[in-house]
Amino acid sequence: MSQALQAAPGRTAAAVRLDGVSKAFGSGAGALLALDNVSLDVRPGEFVCLLGASGCGKSTLLNLVADLDRPSAGTIDTGGARVALMFQEPALFPWLTVTGNLELALKMRGVPRSERRGRAADLLTSVHLDGFAKKRPHQLSGGMRQRVALARALALTVDEKDPDTGTVLLMDEPFGALDAMTRDLLHDEIERIWRERGLTVLFVTHNVREAVRLGDRVVLLSSRPGRVVEEFPVPMERPRRIDSTEVATLAGTITDRLREEVGRHGR
Amino acid sequence: MAVDTHKTPPADTPPDSALQRQIAGLDALELAGATTRGRALRIWSSAWPKLGAIVLGLLVWQAVVWSGWKEPWVLPGPADVFPELWKRIEDGSLAESTATTMQRAVVGFAVSVAIGTLIGAAVARVRVLRAAFGSLITGLQTLPSIVWLPFAVLLFNISESAILFVVVLGAAPSIANGLISGVDYIPPILQRAGRVMGLRGLNMYRHLILPATLPAFVSGLKQGWAFAWRSLMAGELIVNFGRKSLGAQLGTDRDVNDAAGLIATMIVILVIGILVDVAFGAADRSLRRRWGLDGS
Repeated sequence: MSQALQAAPGRTAAAVRLDGVSKAFGSGAGALLALDNVSLDVRPGEFVCLLGASGCGKSTLLNLVADLDRPSAGTIDTGGARVALMFQEPALFPWLTVTGNLELALKMRGVPRSERRGRAADLLTSVHLDGFAKKRPHQLSGGMRQRVALARALALTVDEKDPDTGTVLLMDEPFGALDAMTRDLLHDEIERIWRERGLTVLFVTHNVREAVRLGDRVVLLSSRPGRVVEEFPVPMERPRRIDSTEVATLAGTITDRLREEVGRHGR
Repeated sequence: MAVDTHKTPPADTPPDSALQRQIAGLDALELAGATTRGRALRIWSSAWPKLGAIVLGLLVWQAVVWSGWKEPWVLPGPADVFPELWKRIEDGSLAESTATTMQRAVVGFAVSVAIGTLIGAAVARVRVLRAAFGSLITGLQTLPSIVWLPFAVLLFNISESAILFVVVLGAAPSIANGLISGVDYIPPILQRAGRVMGLRGLNMYRHLILPATLPAFVSGLKQGWAFAWRSLMAGELIVNFGRKSLGAQLGTDRDVNDAAGLIATMIVILVIGILVDVAFGAADRSLRRRWGLDGS
């Protein structure tokens, strides 16, 4: 990231800090404002869900945090943390085996060749895919591919040179293309891995219940341009069930607020 | 399998071992039903229609001969042609002309691959070159390479270079085009994944662009080979300076009215063309199968 903002005294250092971030595509009269003055602090180890309808700039926001694109205004600080991004599609390389995909990610993070095979095997164990190392991505089911993609994202949170810096996992509707059964199981999985590894997660979704099921906090974004509308802390104790009454109640409240926001575009 | 049990499982959700079991069960259910047939059965099931087609072709050929449509010295039947073919195999004349032809094919194809790859890579990655030459390359692909022959003879006289020239002009555009379309159709999501991984510059080429381009490139090679083979035959038939080759043999057989020899040579040319095409096809298919691009 560009210039690392020092955390002001008395404030807890954020794992990810967005300060007045705007992003416009194009210029002049035809410019499209995707994000407008978004400020957001994510504490280390926090699981934050970003929720919004179409056009709220969710993916743009993650691209900015992942340093794939630059903001038009404002600053983004990840404090030098390693940032991994996971998509709705597994986006695995079809010419590599499962372990090959993970080893390439480890290689790009500076893990020496002799250790890659073993580290990849450990990552596969952590997503319950032992025994599938030699398979090609297309030989796996959608849910399994997405777990390999998760393992690859975890591989990208590794940094050989500086093992103590924080790790931020960005997830762009990672379970959006999966069936409900698989998705429920993967909710348990991602929660377990987040807890065990002390990850900071920024999770984008348009599924309100999913956001309430997983997040410590749900941040509601408006659409065109994306702005932070409201934040909802999720007080329920973990682990939660997606079909529990508490989750449904809070999800209902958030859905009402989201609909109100979407309705403003109907006129 | 190591089971993570050091944390007390929360009351409401499955403990990790149960979660692991549920996930494994779902995996097993989703992967079930994918059975593969035995290798021998696969080979046989693809071989018998081809054998049948050959037998049918021979029968039709023989039937036309028997019908008396043409004199037997103009259109001999299989019973005349195959002994002639065997004679040429035995006396070594077929081996000599085939060796010359294959040598030209290999050299011509290798030069085409080198030039096609260079041009394809440059045009695919440099926008100005794309605008300037993109449609020209597609146009060249549709131009029958025999059109180049008179020009080639003017440039290089009756020589090896003239033949090489038409072969390369026939094959290189297809190879370049294969590479260009391969680069064009790299899925954007893979490029995004590559950038997230930190692939830049040379690493981007080595780990993403080159492998992602491979299937389209192999298809381009296959098509390039077909064009190279056609151009080579045309070249050898017309640019004949006395060196024995398959294409030159066609001309010689016609000059001495050796219809059986002529058809024997045609069969050899056909078989070589098919064999190389099958080899490229097999490479193409195995690549697509391994990558899961064949829709299975």
